[in-house]
Amino acid sequence: MATAAVTQERENYLNAEYGIKSWLLTVDHKRIALLYLMSITFFFFVGGFFALLIRLELLTPAGDLVSADTYNKLFTMHGQVMIFFFLIPSIPAVLGNFLVPLMIGAKDLAFPRINLLSWYLYVIAGVLYSHCILTGGVDTGWTFYTPFSTAFSNTKVIEAGLAIFVAGFSSILTGLNFVVTIHRMRAPGMTWSRLPLFIWAHYATSIIMLLGTPVLAITLVLVVLERAFHLGIFDPALGGDPLLFQHLFWFYSHPAVYIMILPSMGVVTEVIPCFSRKRIFGYKFVAMSSIMIAVFGFLVWAHHMFVAGISLYSALVFSLLSYLVAVPSAIKVFNWTATMYKGSITFSTPMLYAFGFIGLFTMGGLTGLFLSALGVDVHVHDTYFVIAHFHYIMVGGAVMGYMAGMHYWWPKISGRMYPEGWGRLAALIVFLGFNLTFFPQFILGYLGMPRRYWQYPPQYQVLHVLSTAGSTILAVGYVLPMMYFLWSMRYGKIAPDNPWGASGLEWMTTSPPPTFNFEETPVVTWEAYDYANIPAPEEAPIER
Amino acid sequence: MSASSDSPVAVETHDLALRHHFATKEQQREAASLGMWLFLSTEIMFFGGMFCAYLIYRRLYFTEFAAGSRSLNVTLGAINTAVLICSSLTVALGVRAAQMGKRKLLVVLMLLTLVFGLAFLGIKGVEWTAKFKEHHVPGASFHFEQTELDGKSIDPQHIQLYFSLYFAMTGMHALHMIIGVGMFVYLTYHSWKGRYTPDYYTPVENGGLYWHFVDIVWIYLFPLLYLIDLKK
Repeated sequence: MATAAVTQERENYLNAEYGIKSWLLTVDHKRIALLYLMSITFFFFVGGFFALLIRLELLTPAGDLVSADTYNKLFTMHGQVMIFFFLIPSIPAVLGNFLVPLMIGAKDLAFPRINLLSWYLYVIAGVLYSHCILTGGVDTGWTFYTPFSTAFSNTKVIEAGLAIFVAGFSSILTGLNFVVTIHRMRAPGMTWSRLPLFIWAHYATSIIMLLGTPVLAITLVLVVLERAFHLGIFDPALGGDPLLFQHLFWFYSHPAVYIMILPSMGVVTEVIPCFSRKRIFGYKFVAMSSIMIAVFGFLVWAHHMFVAGISLYSALVFSLLSYLVAVPSAIKVFNWTATMYKGSITFSTPMLYAFGFIGLFTMGGLTGLFLSALGVDVHVHDTYFVIAHFHYIMVGGAVMGYMAGMHYWWPKISGRMYPEGWGRLAALIVFLGFNLTFFPQFILGYLGMPRRYWQYPPQYQVLHVLSTAGSTILAVGYVLPMMYFLWSMRYGKIAPDNPWGASGLEWMTTSPPPTFNFEETPVVTWEAYDYANIPAPEEAPIER
Repeated sequence: MSASSDSPVAVETHDLALRHHFATKEQQREAASLGMWLFLSTEIMFFGGMFCAYLIYRRLYFTEFAAGSRSLNVTLGAINTAVLICSSLTVALGVRAAQMGKRKLLVVLMLLTLVFGLAFLGIKGVEWTAKFKEHHVPGASFHFEQTELDGKSIDPQHIQLYFSLYFAMTGMHALHMIIGVGMFVYLTYHSWKGRYTPDYYTPVENGGLYWHFVDIVWIYLFPLLYLIDLKK
């Protein structure tokens, strides 16, 4: 980072101070965003490594690469690392941290020191979890289902639970900071109806973080107390009820899906108008659909429990409510498409990822409707159909959006352009690799391949081989951007302040921005996405 | 507006009055207040998980919950409730004293709150010790002597469930009290140093909000745990 800054002439947040201390004790939201970026990238590759081992094991029907116990730990730790240490913090803690103050014209988040504290909590949680991995790992599945987790598993459940408990507090503090910042720190003239939709998406996400995460926290505390001190809240042998655990767990963990996908939707909503040179279609509907997703998200948790023995009538209600989530999601998809209609579209890297997002998220969302139908869910419950469905949402949706955002704002973050050709190639590789990995899993699941199995009947092998092949292609697609991003910090072209001719306050300051973001506080007098009045970049950074 | 002063002392006083990223003190105060309320809403959800478990199990196993409740010391519980209500009063008066700039009164009120908080924890400790001696702590050595209540038999596992919830809920509440006591040590010290003025007393106000929240949790815990079916 420091080497890139040397060649920059203007003073900015990267070259304002040097030395390890200026990073570890910084309260600048932009530097904290970079600290998060490094930490979550580390965990992304840890989680990815587990995923590759899982796929390699499933290359052959026999359980031959790892033992059954190791396999249980691999899928558990893959899930927990990816969800709690990558996806939940990914866009909010990196891009949100960097952009929320910039987009609303503020000097920083409302509580800069709490922001730094949230990163330290994340690091403590990460160290604790890494220690858990290195000293034996955990095998409960990412869901910690009781009574297996509290009474039978002989792995490091307590340590993993505490790590995720601490990571949860990091996420609560981020959400709290965003809500207060969006309410209290907007620049003069930045009314609620002029906010970028990225901000609306983060507002909705933060509400879920604030109201959902504490419930996960207390649930994990109760699991730890039950395992350590035999306080039998969930264990039937001690008088408790495991269904209660599932209710409490999914009360957070279903909305958590929206913590992962809403920020991605926010990114895509910024990228599409910019590279279509058009105002977003239906601003208010897109903004409100984010809030609706956050609200509905809290009312559908029991669709994870249709076969767990809940009453038929409550299952019917939860099934119906789950269908409802499709309404605001579809509003977004239709509005993005309508924005592109008759737009002047550029096939730049962020836009390619945004296209990928729309297609894959739609697939994931529609198969979600299959799963909210009671009869179908009973048939494909706990099969690879479910695995494919949520990977289409989380990898095809959330990670695609994250990659779109990283490319779109990379010039602002680093002050350098990434190599466009490599960017497009990587986007293509990710899209192909992703579909090759996960599409066969829909078929596998429909044919009856259960999830979390270490070996399988030989008739499933062809599809498993395709999936494993896809996962290696996908891995290439993720390593490539990391390499050229690092390369560009030193050798990339110097980025202009607004390389895409984009709207939004973050593009009106320098690249990279100064420590306090703006020379003077901006006064907003225009509507968001006013692309009719913003000239396209004179020297288009990429040919049409 | 610039925070870049060479003298660390100057930066320190500047920090207290107005942090660099706010435009006005009003904005800073409102942000801190909104932040605290949001934090309390996360606390409601945190305790909410346990209240939810309580609600379900109490409805399912009412006899056991009533029996467990009768084994608690209602007098000590009531005294503790009174202690906490008094401490809420001293905090509220403390915020007023800070607003009016009465430093000595503020110090006394913060100290009083601290003492009430410690008194609560002491009494709670006495109650827990008694439960420990009676083998009412869930686990291998758990034993509940009573086998029936009002002609209904008591399930030994479900009575244990009552005590699991009792210890989880009062324990989590006590943990919040301990954090609150630590906070009032800090507030007492800085009140004594004269850090809070009518112009800047946000920590006293937010500390007060936290304390009131912890009190309210107890106001619910007391009847829910101690006063189930007290007839006879």
